[in-house]
Amino acid sequence: MGAVGSEAQKLVWEGTIPLEIRLHESEITTHPPPPPALILGPRLGYLPLLAQQVKPYFSDTLPPGADTVWFEYKGLPLKWHIPIGVLFDLLCGEPERPWNLTVHFRGYPTDLLSPCEDEDSVKWSFINSLKEAAYIINGNCKNIMNMSQSDQLDLWQSLVNGKIESFLRISSKLKLGIVGEEGYSTMTSCSIVSRQTRQTTGDVDTPGPNRTGRIPVRLYVRSVGDDVDDFGDITPVDNWDEISYVNRPLEFHDEDGKLLTLYDALKILLPELFEVEPSIAQESSRMDIEELRTTETTSNPQDLENAINSRCKETKETPDECQSQCFPYRKTEIKLVRIQGIEPKLVIPFAWVVKNLTNPDHFLHISVFVNASLDQPT
Amino acid sequence: MGLCSSWDGTISYSEFFDAARALSEKWKLSNSACPPWTWICCKKSFWVSSHEEQGYLSLENFYCCSISKEGPYHDQSQSFGEEPVDDAALDDPCAPEVHQYDFHIVYSASYRVPVLYFRGYHCDGQPLTVDDIEKGLPANALKTLKESKWTFMTREEHPYLNRPWYTLHACGTSEWMKLMFSDSSSTQHGAVVEQYLVSWLSVVGQVVGLQVPLEMLKSSNLKPPFSSD
Repeated sequence: MGAVGSEAQKLVWEGTIPLEIRLHESEITTHPPPPPALILGPRLGYLPLLAQQVKPYFSDTLPPGADTVWFEYKGLPLKWHIPIGVLFDLLCGEPERPWNLTVHFRGYPTDLLSPCEDEDSVKWSFINSLKEAAYIINGNCKNIMNMSQSDQLDLWQSLVNGKIESFLRISSKLKLGIVGEEGYSTMTSCSIVSRQTRQTTGDVDTPGPNRTGRIPVRLYVRSVGDDVDDFGDITPVDNWDEISYVNRPLEFHDEDGKLLTLYDALKILLPELFEVEPSIAQESSRMDIEELRTTETTSNPQDLENAINSRCKETKETPDECQSQCFPYRKTEIKLVRIQGIEPKLVIPFAWVVKNLTNPDHFLHISVFVNASLDQPT
Repeated sequence: MGLCSSWDGTISYSEFFDAARALSEKWKLSNSACPPWTWICCKKSFWVSSHEEQGYLSLENFYCCSISKEGPYHDQSQSFGEEPVDDAALDDPCAPEVHQYDFHIVYSASYRVPVLYFRGYHCDGQPLTVDDIEKGLPANALKTLKESKWTFMTREEHPYLNRPWYTLHACGTSEWMKLMFSDSSSTQHGAVVEQYLVSWLSVVGQVVGLQVPLEMLKSSNLKPPFSSD
């Protein structure tokens, strides 16, 4: 039970990114320089796990010393605890294939990156992340803490080797299903109470895990400057300070019936991007969509989308314009949302996204590209 | 039992903000010789505005004497920096080395509790290694560290600074916070919030040699949970 993944989950697990990895020139001691390593990086994997595969390409040319492997992309040291697929989605505006990375075996930037001694560091970073997710979902992490040594090892090995069946077999014991078969209906019929509302009522009513649904989400918000149309042209990230990392679970209450879409979820997670007063025209088109969403009784995303498209036709707008007008103009605006390499339509049910696109650490990692003019008042 | 029995030991972000202000004020009153806890506001640079004042509590440039291995607790009063560091003592090779620490208290939206991040330096500005920090740990904390290398104290990304800082894991915090307030006669949730961070720091601070003066805890009906008396 529960150990069979959906078609989409299987595709996510099989996802790889072709990598062209060069050794940094400062570590090349032979001439001619070694050719790059061409390997496939699993989307759900972590960069240090590639070390064993990459090392043989360069071991003959490395200067003497101890190895501490780290990777960089266009001068940016890559955080190893972020899954490879997420790094790719976030840092390559326009997907680059193969993805050109530089590997280092010396000179670990200890002031910039968390230490990574060996595979154990990666494993525990994963387990701690899983623990955090378990706490968000269940209000405690007992299931993770009480996992047997062998299950823990098997769970990790199944991730390292990309074995979805054995992963699901063990993880189903952890009872972390937010949107399992029965949970799906719960979630699609839940209403959202904003964080603000919850916090102001905190004194009266402190909800326990049973009354509040929480979904583990990690958001990476990247500013791509104003008026960017071609994502191939955006300036590469050369400092992690340019990325806003938001580690904030999505919170929802299951009360009255309202379909929660990816759009709704983003609005709760990033209220900052939705609070600007839109012009009247934008307001009306937004209301149309809100109205559709509340009146539509179907849970089929395709039907909902068709309904929105037909509404857009009535107002002589393309669906794209219609959708982009959901976001306020003038100030910060969402340009692109990427999850597992997919740029999903924002009208799809959030429950589907969580069920199918969540990483093995049970976090949904979302890359959000926003435009932001530089002359904004602070 | 004063508190609502369903309280799970966690607080919301806005409660954290209130608790931070309370800690900062009490600390100033009881600890005037020590650097203050100040609120660092973190505006997301390119976001137009924010509903809440995102930020964390910070106490920097705290001088702490490295505690000798055989007596982890007895001379902790030294670590308060009440007495200015004597230059002569620094030249004495037998004197305990003085370390400088920066402490940040960051709210974790996942665990809904405060989390301590810290880093330390030698007096020459070199950052402290895990080994250096271990030497300063009280015996029980050191024992926990040895037993659970990966789940007690690790070096991780500071959520606001994008740099690796040492942090104490927060997965058990709500449970012991709930216990701390379980025999409190305080019936007001507001009073719990007021005292929340002070109580939290009285436990977590012990791990890193940062002690909360007793008078800060006395203002409520709480007992410091792990005090010797």
